[in-house]
Amino acid sequence: MSPRSSYVTGSVQFKGAAISAARLLWQSVGPLFTRGLPVTVEITVLLLVLGLVLGTVLALVQVYGRRPFRYVCVVYEQVFRGIPPLVTILIFWNGLSQSFHVFLPGVVAAALALGLRSAAYQSQIFRGAIQAVPPGQMMAARALGMGKLQAIRHVILPQAFRLAIPPWSNEYSGVVKDTAFACVIGGLLELTRLGMTSLTRLSMTHGIGSQLILPVLLIVGLFYLALTYGGNALLALLERRLRIPGFEMKGKVER
Amino acid sequence: MAAGTRTGPSDVILRVEGLHKRYGKDEVLKGVSLELRRGETKVVIGPSGTGKSTLLRCINQLSVPDKGRVWLEDVEITHARTNINHARAQIGFVFQDFNLFAHLTALDNVTLGLVKVKKMSKKEAVVRARDELARVGLAEKAASYPAELSGGQKQRVSIARALAMDPKLILFDEPTSALDPELIGEVLEVMVQLARGGMTMIVVSHEMGFARAVADRIIFMEGGVILEEGTPAELFTCPRCERTGQFLRKITELYGETNGR
Amino acid sequence: MSYFEFVGMILPRLLRATVVTLELTAIGIGSGFAFGLLLALTRVYAHRVVSGIANVYIQFFRATPLVIQALIIYFGLPPYFKAMGLEPLSPFAAGCVALGLNSAAYQAEYLRGAIQAISSGQMLAARSMGMTKAQAVRSVILPQALRIVLPSWSNELIYTLLYSSVVYFVTLDDLTFVSMKIAAKYGRAFDSYSAAALIYLVIVILLSRVLAYVEAKLRIPGLSVDDRAR
Repeated sequence: MSPRSSYVTGSVQFKGAAISAARLLWQSVGPLFTRGLPVTVEITVLLLVLGLVLGTVLALVQVYGRRPFRYVCVVYEQVFRGIPPLVTILIFWNGLSQSFHVFLPGVVAAALALGLRSAAYQSQIFRGAIQAVPPGQMMAARALGMGKLQAIRHVILPQAFRLAIPPWSNEYSGVVKDTAFACVIGGLLELTRLGMTSLTRLSMTHGIGSQLILPVLLIVGLFYLALTYGGNALLALLERRLRIPGFEMKGKVER
Repeated sequence: MAAGTRTGPSDVILRVEGLHKRYGKDEVLKGVSLELRRGETKVVIGPSGTGKSTLLRCINQLSVPDKGRVWLEDVEITHARTNINHARAQIGFVFQDFNLFAHLTALDNVTLGLVKVKKMSKKEAVVRARDELARVGLAEKAASYPAELSGGQKQRVSIARALAMDPKLILFDEPTSALDPELIGEVLEVMVQLARGGMTMIVVSHEMGFARAVADRIIFMEGGVILEEGTPAELFTCPRCERTGQFLRKITELYGETNGR
Repeated sequence: MSYFEFVGMILPRLLRATVVTLELTAIGIGSGFAFGLLLALTRVYAHRVVSGIANVYIQFFRATPLVIQALIIYFGLPPYFKAMGLEPLSPFAAGCVALGLNSAAYQAEYLRGAIQAISSGQMLAARSMGMTKAQAVRSVILPQALRIVLPSWSNELIYTLLYSSVVYFVTLDDLTFVSMKIAAKYGRAFDSYSAAALIYLVIVILLSRVLAYVEAKLRIPGLSVDDRAR
C-alpha cells in the first residue's frame, strides 16, 4: 500500500483522515520495534557491562586499595557524577571527533560516555554492598589460607553482588532513560532519534505532522516504559533465582 | 601432664615467643610466650579483654603482632618471606561467631578451602567434606545454608570446615560464647572427641567443665600476659596465684561446671 | 589560541548561560517539591482511586526519559493548545514545566517513603490529643518526614541541575546549549564542552558541600533513615 493513495482517497472525510493518520502512525511505530529498540538495547547493554566491570574495580580499590589509589577513585566518581549525561555524550561524540579527530562509531561513543558515568554510580553501589558483607567473612576466608584476591573472588563478591541487585536495578532504570540523550548523535537511530526522524519524514512527505507529534512521542515513551519495567522484572527474577536463605535485601527508592 | 610424658623437642608444633600487640593506646599483648606439643590441648582462660582472642589471631597472623615470633614446627610464620597463606592452611581457626560463608551451603563451606587452597578436585573435596560433616554429626545438613542452621550446628560446620583442611592444630576462639546455653553441649561434645582423638588445639573458653575434662594444661591470662600455666589439677585445686583462684571461683559460680563432662 | 585563552574568552558567555541553568534548577526543584508533596500526600492519605491516578502519573514520569517529556511539552502539546486557543510555551517555560513535572514524580516517591517510614504511633498520638488528620500531618508527620527525606532530596537537587541540560532539546540558551553553539561557531567542541562540564562540576561540588552542612545542622538524634533501619 502506498502512503499516498490513502492521502488522496481518504482525505475528504474526517473518518478517512483519521484512518490514514492511524496508518501513518503505524508506519512510524514499526521501525521503532525493528530498528530503534535493538539500538537502544545495544547501547544499554554495552554501557552497563562497561559500568559493571569498571565500577567493580573502582569499588574494590576503594575498599581494599592503598590510599593514593583510593583517592584516584574518589576523584573519578566525583567528576563523572558531576557532569550531565548529555554533556559527556557531546564530549565523546563531537568533542573527540572535532578536536582530536577520533571518530568513534555512534553506539560506541554513547556507550562509552554513559558507561564511564554509570561506573561512577555502580562503584558506589558495589562499595556499599562489599562493606555490607560482614568482616568475619574475609577473616574466615583468610584463616583457611586463601589469598586476599581469592577471598574477594570466592567469598566477598558472590555475596556483595547478590546484595547489589536491588540498587543495581535502579541504576538500570536510570541508564535506560539516559540513552535517550544519545539522540544528539547523528545517524544513531535509537528510539528517541528514530521517533524524531519519523516525525520529520511524516510532515515532509504527507504535510501532516504537528498533531501526530504527541502520539508518536507517547509511543516512544511507552517503549522506554516497557524497557524499564521489563528489565526490572528480569532483574527481580534473577534476584529470586539467586536468592539464598539469610540474604535479606532492602529495596530503596533511588533515581 | 599426659602430653609431657611423651614429648621430645621435635614434638613441639607451635612456639610463640614474646608477642606484643597494641591497638592504638591499648597494649593488648605484653609479651606472651607459649609452646604447644603434638596432641596437646591447651585451654586459655581469663577475664574478658585480656588479649586471649588477640593472642589466637596473632598466631595465624590475622592480626599482625607488633613484636615477637611464631613458629609452626620449624617454619617461622612471622618471617616476612614465609607464605602466610600456606601456613594458615595448616592452622585451623574456629571463630566465636562462626563466620560461615553466608552464600554457600554447609557442604560448600567445607569444600571451598579444599578446592581453592588445597587445589583438590571438586569430587574429592565433596567426599572429604561429607566425611567431616558426618564426623560432627551433620551429614544430613549438607545442603542447608548457614541461615537455616542453629547456632550449635553452624559452629559444628565451622569445625568441620577447619578439620577438612587437615590442620596441624586448631585454634578455637571462644567457640561457645555466642551460643544459647542449650546448644553449647553439642559443640563441646565434638571438641571433647577431637581432644581425645589426639588433635592439637588451643581453646579460648570460659567452659571450666570442658577445661577440667580435656585440657592438658590451662593458661590463665590477664592484662596481656600469662599469669599462670599448669595442669587442671594444679590450677583448680591449689592456685599459686591469688588472681587465678579468684577468677576460677567466680567463673564457676557464673557458668557452673555442668557442661562438657 | 591555547585552551585556557579560549576558555577565558568564552567564559563570560558560559557564565551568563549558567545563570539560566541555575534558574531552571531552582524553579524545577521548587515546583517539583510543591507538586511532589501534593502527590505524596495523595498517595498516602487520599482515596484509592485518586491515589491510583497519582501513582500512574508518578510511574509514567519515572519510567520515561526526561528528553521525551520535554519534547512532548514543547513540541507535542502546542498543536492541541493552539486548537484550544492557547499560546504555546516559551522554551524557558517549557523547560521549567518539564523539570518540575519530572522532579515532582521523583520527590513524591522519596516523600511517600519518608511519610510511611514514620511509625503509625505518631499519627495515633497526635489524633489522641484531639488533632485533626490534617493538623497531625502538618505538625507531626511532615516535620519528621522532611528531615528524613533530606539526603534523597539533596540527591534530587543535584540530579535536577544535571538534567536541566535537557532544555538543549527545546533550544533554550542554558549552559549546555550555549556550549554547543560555541563549539559549532569555533569548531572547538572538546574545549567548549569540557569548560561547560567543569562549571557543572564546580556547582555540584559546592552544592554537595552546602547540602551536607544543612543536613548536619538539621539532624535530630534518632531520626534518620539509618536509625530506622536498625
